[in-house]
Amino acid sequence: MTQQQVLDLYFLDARHKLIEVAAFLDRVERADGKDDFRLKAFRAALGRLNDGQNEKVKQVLLAFSDPTTRPIAKAKGKSAAGAWAGKTG
Amino acid sequence: MRYIEPHAHMVSRVTDDYERMAIAGCEVVCEPAFWAGFDRSSAAGFYDYFCQLTGHEPARAAKFGLKHFSWLCINPKEAEDVKLAEEVIALIPEFLNCPNVLGIGEIGLNKNSRNELKVLEMHVALAARYHQLILVHTPHLEDKLKGTRLILDVLKSDRRIRPERVIIDHVEEHTVGLVLDAGFWAGMTLYPETKCSPARAIDILETYGQEQIWLNSACDWGISDPLAVPKTALEMKKRGHPAAVIDKVIYQNPKLFLGQCPKFKISSKDR
Ligand SMILES: [Zn+2]
Repeated sequence: MTQQQVLDLYFLDARHKLIEVAAFLDRVERADGKDDFRLKAFRAALGRLNDGQNEKVKQVLLAFSDPTTRPIAKAKGKSAAGAWAGKTG
Repeated sequence: MRYIEPHAHMVSRVTDDYERMAIAGCEVVCEPAFWAGFDRSSAAGFYDYFCQLTGHEPARAAKFGLKHFSWLCINPKEAEDVKLAEEVIALIPEFLNCPNVLGIGEIGLNKNSRNELKVLEMHVALAARYHQLILVHTPHLEDKLKGTRLILDVLKSDRRIRPERVIIDHVEEHTVGLVLDAGFWAGMTLYPETKCSPARAIDILETYGQEQIWLNSACDWGISDPLAVPKTALEMKKRGHPAAVIDKVIYQNPKLFLGQCPKFKISSKDR
């Protein structure tokens, strides 16, 4: 596909998703209380979009990933939070 | 359009889904054993589940002209209890001769714990002993990268395992290269919010090529779409991919991998 074809097919959808991200940030910043590791990871991932690197989606996924390599001692639950809490378990 | 759905949890879906899939061009559906959304209380619960996967579900699919195949294991979400896992794994050999069983799956990791890893190794040993294909689940979200690396280490360290007989599922942009470079097959799961979207899956096909890779919906009891594969095929068409390329990805590729199991026959003629 040419850039024009990609824009024709995906621009409105991407614009919509970007506005949703902006609204999410406004919403969470407007709310009382404290944030946690998830929002910190989210902001770090956002930063990867503008640092001139290729493979932006890979960089964003890596920003949310557990970078450690050893298995944890025990699974305490079953679910994933979407961002690494920064502890090695 | 014809397609194979190589990963769907039909026990969690209504019969109407079989009808919709058949209308959309599905010819074959394959069902790995997975977590029911709650923990089963004993190995007997798994025994009943394996009976469902090898008897009841193929009959339900056949009413819509769909061939149904299954994979057996105790899934990684219930693998923290090693004693239970040993009991369940001991049940599996008696089901391996069932005509619709393709292999061991979906095994793998969930939270990347030591016990999960131990149970993964037990499953890999079982598959090697009985010459079974393997279907691997990689962990969700922040755990995927680490889990994929640990899984690759386990598979590569067992010399009996041939990578072309193993599919590593739920790959995304940060793991697909690791899997393909090591010679394994990669599965891309089209699942809302937590895995690939159709657009991203096609991006991956355009970037990494169309060899040793398939698409699946992994539809289950969560919000998910049993028609995700044909919808992605439609999006490939919108991007200008030729019909032959689409057919390769959604039909020929899964047929090639699954055909390594002699029981996998699509029709009497096996087109
Ligand atoms: Zn699954």
